[in-house]
Amino acid sequence: MISDITLGQYFPQKSLMHRADPRMKICLVIYAIVLLFVAGNFASLALAVAYIGLGMALSRIPLKLYLKSLKPILFLVAFTSVLNIFYGTGEPLWQWGILRVTANGLITCVFVAVRIVALILASSVLTFTTSPTQLTDAIERLLKPLSKLGVPIHEFAMMMTIALRFVPTLLEETDKIMAAQKARGADMESGSLAQRIRALVPVLIPLFVSAFRRAFDLATAMESRCYHGGEGRTKMKSLSFGRSDWMVAAASLAALAAFVALNLLLPAVGRP
Amino acid sequence: MAILETKELVYRYSPGTPFEKTAVDRVSIQVEKGEFLGVIGHTGSGKSTLIQMLNGLLRPTSGQVLLDGKDIWAEPKKIRQVRFKVGMVFQYPEYQLFEETVLKDIMFGPKNKGLSDQEAEERAREAAHFTGLKAELLEKSPFELSGGEKRRAAIAGVIAMDPDVLILDEPTAGLDPRGRDVLLAQITQYHKTRGNTVLLVSHSMEDIGRTADRILVMNRSHAAMLGATKEVFARGTELEAMGLRVPQITKILQELKKMGLPVDESTLTVDDALHQLIPILKRKEELR
Repeated sequence: MISDITLGQYFPQKSLMHRADPRMKICLVIYAIVLLFVAGNFASLALAVAYIGLGMALSRIPLKLYLKSLKPILFLVAFTSVLNIFYGTGEPLWQWGILRVTANGLITCVFVAVRIVALILASSVLTFTTSPTQLTDAIERLLKPLSKLGVPIHEFAMMMTIALRFVPTLLEETDKIMAAQKARGADMESGSLAQRIRALVPVLIPLFVSAFRRAFDLATAMESRCYHGGEGRTKMKSLSFGRSDWMVAAASLAALAAFVALNLLLPAVGRP
Repeated sequence: MAILETKELVYRYSPGTPFEKTAVDRVSIQVEKGEFLGVIGHTGSGKSTLIQMLNGLLRPTSGQVLLDGKDIWAEPKKIRQVRFKVGMVFQYPEYQLFEETVLKDIMFGPKNKGLSDQEAEERAREAAHFTGLKAELLEKSPFELSGGEKRRAAIAGVIAMDPDVLILDEPTAGLDPRGRDVLLAQITQYHKTRGNTVLLVSHSMEDIGRTADRILVMNRSHAAMLGATKEVFARGTELEAMGLRVPQITKILQELKKMGLPVDESTLTVDDALHQLIPILKRKEELR
């Protein structure tokens, strides 16, 4: 079924990571990604990976689900890291025509692979442990300074909430429409690529029609409950920064100190 | 002779996960050729899952579905052929319309079946006639039609495949009372003319009482009852325990019978009831 997508899905659970303030989680994911890209040697890279690993462990979500979220990007990882093998500088270990493999290239290859995988894992920790509503609330709060420049932040966040809210609904709708067209003998499992694309038309048109219908219905429902945008609007669940959040933030700062020390004291490896 | 038969049919959603749920549990039923079978059961009783297995949209977790005595999953690659023989009209079928014109949309099924344009068009016009869709609507875009007309167009799209078995999942849901009556009369008419098998899923006991020869009652994933309409509706207390009921007119006559009036307690339609009650009333007046 189409609904078996793990990337970007929320898994309710009781854990430190689920309780943590979503604003902080977003900042920490960005922080982890920065660490990954600044890391210049294996020790500092390992520290950044360990930091993300700790986040995964604290989320109490089975490792299997994290691995499943990596599946769609495995090809990308393999492609970019293999490409990097041949772009190293220095003495070649092996050469065939224009293909040159150097020690430097191999190290870069490992670095790139680890970075991409860890990056996906870090963002998975965020999306697995944060409900879409919390996520958009947090983004709205973090981007608030931009509203002074006239950027419609609230509208943007509302659009995101609505879009995320309707992903499962539309998936379910797609399943239903597909079943109905299959019942009329539509063939979606066999045939050439062109035939398969054409076979999607009977699914996509009803899906678009129903998406528009839902959008109009939702707009009417929101208006009849007097929705008028973000001004003066309060939240039922306001975000609060708790004691455990401060502790996590402090621990992260300590990790940053160790990271900077490792990165500066040990020599950098890989492609400059 | 049974046209459709299920043997120990089981369907589980999301097996092996915490969300596992058995929607259909060891259901063994026989649908006779040419009969009009009503399917009732409260929401979540497994009706929809069961009928989706009958035309091969869902593959049973275990058990068999036999069509004309042959297991429909014997050759999974030929499952499309089963779907042409067992036509299925889903709830709110108007949401599956997609073509430029109503006619083309009705022709979608027959053309998938491999019929020529000409044959498909003939079938489509015939099917449109059966569902009472006016000929001038056929050249319009399906999105210009009214709700009731869309519903008819979608049902015609399945009838046009000329299935041996036609399954309708709440075809009258959301229609006004007049629309319901007319559509139901057309389905009955279609059943009589073509002589094929019809399965009607409905929450309206009145609709089922008026149309069905036999009734299948689903309760908590099991087939709780399968029998002649009158026999099933005679078991009112059991039905009520399952969150169902008998048609209102049947209920009234059952109460009158208890009060000692000479009426048939398995009466299913208001017309039938009137035929019995008017003579009784006349006699009462004469006695005065």
